Amino acid sequence: MGRITLDKVTKAFGEVEVIPPLDLTIDDGEFVVFVGPSGCGKSTLLRLIAGLEDVSSGEIRIDKQPATHLPPAKRGLAMVFQSYALYPHMSVRKNIAFPMKMAGIPEAEQNRKIEDAARVLNLTDYLDRRPGQLSGGQRQRVAIGRAIVREPAAFLFDEPLSNLDAALRVGMRLEISELHERLKTTMIYVTHDQVEAMTMADKIVVLQKGVIEQVGSPLELYNAPRNIFVAGFIGSPKMNLIEGAEAAKHDAHTIGIRPEHLAASKDAGEWKGTVTVSEHLGSDTYLHVTETGLADTMTVRVGGEFGVKHGDTVFLTPDATKIHRFDAQGLRIG
Amino acid sequence: MDNIAGRKPALGWAVNISVILIVLLWIFPTVGLLVSSFRTADQISSSGWWKAFFPTEQTEQFRTADPDGRVQDGDVFVVEGVIFENAEANIASWGTSSRDVSAYAPGETADLGDGETLTLNEDGTYRWTGNDEQISGRGQRFFVTATQPPEFTLRNYDNMLFGGSSDNISKAFFNTLTVTIPATIIPILFAAFAAYALAWMDFPGRALLIAFIVALLVVPLQLALIPLLKLHLSIGIGKGYLGVWLAHTGFGLPLAVYLLRNYMAGLPRDIIENARVDGATDFQIFIKIILPLSFPALASFAIFQFLWTWNDLLVAIVFLVDSSGDTTVMTRHIVELLGTRGGNWEILATAAFVSMAVPLLVFFFMQRYLVRGLLAGSVK
Repeated sequence: MGRITLDKVTKAFGEVEVIPPLDLTIDDGEFVVFVGPSGCGKSTLLRLIAGLEDVSSGEIRIDKQPATHLPPAKRGLAMVFQSYALYPHMSVRKNIAFPMKMAGIPEAEQNRKIEDAARVLNLTDYLDRRPGQLSGGQRQRVAIGRAIVREPAAFLFDEPLSNLDAALRVGMRLEISELHERLKTTMIYVTHDQVEAMTMADKIVVLQKGVIEQVGSPLELYNAPRNIFVAGFIGSPKMNLIEGAEAAKHDAHTIGIRPEHLAASKDAGEWKGTVTVSEHLGSDTYLHVTETGLADTMTVRVGGEFGVKHGDTVFLTPDATKIHRFDAQGLRIG
Repeated sequence: MDNIAGRKPALGWAVNISVILIVLLWIFPTVGLLVSSFRTADQISSSGWWKAFFPTEQTEQFRTADPDGRVQDGDVFVVEGVIFENAEANIASWGTSSRDVSAYAPGETADLGDGETLTLNEDGTYRWTGNDEQISGRGQRFFVTATQPPEFTLRNYDNMLFGGSSDNISKAFFNTLTVTIPATIIPILFAAFAAYALAWMDFPGRALLIAFIVALLVVPLQLALIPLLKLHLSIGIGKGYLGVWLAHTGFGLPLAVYLLRNYMAGLPRDIIENARVDGATDFQIFIKIILPLSFPALASFAIFQFLWTWNDLLVAIVFLVDSSGDTTVMTRHIVELLGTRGGNWEILATAAFVSMAVPLLVFFFMQRYLVRGLLAGSVK
């Protein structure tokens, strides 16, 4: 079981309050992603749950048991660090065995679990190597293996993929998702990469300056962002935000329209603008359009190829049903 | 922009030359000492150690055997003999007058006037002939210039290490080891624990304690000698091995703690936190993670501490050496040899080299632990 509840948890470093009172419930078996820009407190929150930082006030419960003042080892959680944090002087086998050795698990069972974990993570051939002889992806898998064998109530991942190159990152992303499908254990995953958040999460927690901006499934966040911050943070490329007269037409202070909900045409449309950069990806074309009189730059996603170049004039038409409206406080209307 | 890593420094040649100079500066006296320790007193006084590897040309004065042992051969008397015990010397030339020591080649016969002759053969045998009056009194003096092959001897080491004389340094050698090994291990044991606590455990006053230890680094040890000895005497430790171990430990600790703390504080935080999440206690983290990863720092401090305590004279004299002489150490013994055997360079060179050899061995043995890249693969 891995139900984690945070009740009015705060964290202050000296005078600086990093996390104002915060409530959050993570259900058993959920894959929860904490996402937000750097310095938003998402790693601190994870370290509070892990027990590596003491909470300043409030309560943490794991499976309804108070865990606020338990040392990290007693919380039954396993953490995978951004830097892998492998023990460089031990072989892969010993690295994976370390938490079990600390828990006093009999050697036969240790070996069985190591073999199991190695098979799941494709590490069987590398068990006797040192971490220094492994590639980045393999090291990451060792770190995950070390977490699996503890059979924790929940896995905590602190930006585990940010040290990997782009291709490997996609592969490891899939592996972690598969692992979650197989183990059905609660996982809490911290990232600043919203693609990872969208693709892996059951539930995304968007954080800014220690405050939870919105909690919801990836598509809830995409379709109905609660405020401008979430609207701008979720989705790639970013949502176009338009203020002023055009927004007033929709009875809003600000309106937002995602690049994929704008149609581009060379002849006619609602808004006229000039192309500054067009990015041709083959499957899609991203246009960056200025001089629309709406916002500094509008980003448009056009399916397939779209033959324009720098300086050309284009016309944009928004999908009226996909316009997001926000009030003067930045909160969603309707 | 000039100092981008990987770029060749502009003064590379200066660096290389300096390194070569430093190496020569170090190697020259060492090799000199080593070579001298294998030579006899005569060889040391007749030529420098750098000539020891080449045959030397030496002119020596000889006398023929006493005319008492002359043999009559017809109407002349003859004295025969051989000048060298070893046949390896090559006689280059010889002479009978000190003004012309190389007048004759080997095998030639010198005419000494009135029928008196002297012949020196290549194999070192000579034949001196003359009448009754000439072959009398003392033996005939002659000069031989000979090339000697290089010759080395182990006799010095035999004398110094196994000989029965008071010069024998083996006792002082083992005394020094008795001082040095515990005096190296004890401070490392204490310092490693202290360094871990100062680097990774949170307790009030930690920063102050670190500052205090750094401050202790600059206290000159001479300042503490007398008070410390008084303390030792008053609590009953007195002069002896325990006292000198404690003194060396005390004087070595500030640097050891400082060095190890800085190294340990530089270990990746993630590894230690991960071990904590994995359920390791502070003691287990220290034993299983920190200590193995701190090996380079431990080794470098061990080398330093070993060299200091090995070469130390002052602390040993104050805290250990007494009038009985049973607890004398190498440095002290060599000082005494300088007084009593100041002219016997072969003894001094041997003693000096014996005392140098151990630190050299320790250094070459330990330096392979001063490895880089111990943390490879741990983070990133």
